Amino acid sequence: MAGFGFFGEGLPDIDLDELKGKLIVLEGTDGVGRSTHIGLLKEWLENHGHAVLDTGMTRSALAGKRLKQAKEGHTLGGITMSLFYATDFADRLESEIIPALRAGFIVLTDRYIYSLMARAIVRGADPEWLREVYGFALKPDAIFYLRLNIDDLVTRVLQSTGFDYWESGMDLHMGEDMYESFVRYQKWLLAEFDKMVETFGFTVVDASGSVEEVFENLRQRVELVAQRNGY
Amino acid sequence: MAGGMKMYGKHRFPGRLFIVEGIDGSGKSTQLSLLNKWLQAEGYVVYFSEWNSSPLVHDVTKRGKKKKMLTPMTFSLIHATDFADRTEHHIIPPLKAGAVVLADRYIYTAFARDVVRGVSPKWVRDLYAFAVKPTVGFYFRTPLDVAMKRILGGRDAIKYYEAGMDIGLSDDLEESFRFFQARIIDEYEKMVEEFGLVSIDATRSIEDQQAEVRRIVSDALTGTKKTRIRRWLDLASLAKGSRI
Repeated sequence: MAGFGFFGEGLPDIDLDELKGKLIVLEGTDGVGRSTHIGLLKEWLENHGHAVLDTGMTRSALAGKRLKQAKEGHTLGGITMSLFYATDFADRLESEIIPALRAGFIVLTDRYIYSLMARAIVRGADPEWLREVYGFALKPDAIFYLRLNIDDLVTRVLQSTGFDYWESGMDLHMGEDMYESFVRYQKWLLAEFDKMVETFGFTVVDASGSVEEVFENLRQRVELVAQRNGY
Repeated sequence: MAGGMKMYGKHRFPGRLFIVEGIDGSGKSTQLSLLNKWLQAEGYVVYFSEWNSSPLVHDVTKRGKKKKMLTPMTFSLIHATDFADRTEHHIIPPLKAGAVVLADRYIYTAFARDVVRGVSPKWVRDLYAFAVKPTVGFYFRTPLDVAMKRILGGRDAIKYYEAGMDIGLSDDLEESFRFFQARIIDEYEKMVEEFGLVSIDATRSIEDQQAEVRRIVSDALTGTKKTRIRRWLDLASLAKGSRI
């Protein structure tokens, strides 16, 4: 099969033929268990002899810290926030993901450009514009979309951390309280993700089962990707 | 962003936006500050938009530059982030209020600089699609040698990224700066037609250039809001000698 490609106008000075690893994305709304499964997959893959890099959003050396502060202060406008996230993503892509792929690692990423786009879209950014901006992103080898319906999602979030200001989209003033806002905001995000399934070729993984069941489903699929020969 | 995202050329505001572009040493900042003085004396509500507005974004840019962490892509994106903040907080609100907004450098600086660094011209233009199209964009056309003389005469040391040292044109700072600026000029020249920039011959006297700028701006100001009371104090201070 062919190697890596960019979505649109790519990064300057990157030789795609040098990228030997695999890029695997876990996507889904808040509270579906993405980070739990990244941890389990990493352990399983390492036990089977693969070198793994796990990475997530807002962790870049360049902008990660300030982006967290910007989020907490919520003083930046919608377009500014979208581009701040894109900067952070570009830094991680160039300084972590691409070097790891060059070294033949399996890169497991907790969210990718899809979450960034979904969050920006619900905050009013133009979808076409976002796709052009993120044209420099590498196309992943697989995108697993952990999907929960809204009722299961509410139950899951209540059982774990409770409603968070940001995950409830409180900055959008969508409801009278956190619960109402959470439901509306997450429903909207779900709708955006569902629209992306076909456009970007997501593999939908039902996240309503037990951790063991969901992991077994994911593991089998990831194994196939890991075994796939790049060239 | 409520109400959806407006794209370049699609904004409709009562205010006016005038921007100046040109390489370092083209004299564009001098021209803009003279224009500012005149507009204020004429009684317009003038808003001067500075670069690097948000402290959070500014910190990231400063740190990235200091530690030389920026690639052409992250350099481009962090400046676009900063510009978005400036657009959302310092350009759109005064334009909505009917002010005359002045900006020293605009998106065309980013187009020139980023493309010279190897970023795709199409991508960077798409990136800035949210920008407000200026009422008039002035380009101060200057031969490289003239600009170099002005710069090397009396300014602070040339900085690493300003000289394009990150793309390895030369190991010598001054030489790299010269090569880099020459390529920036090529990009500006291509944009004059593409974006309908108004070129001003920056080798002419300051007075002649300013007269031309004021004439063009004046034509574009019909129907623009003025403050009710003329600013007699400003006029008095201008009369004392700051007038050109």
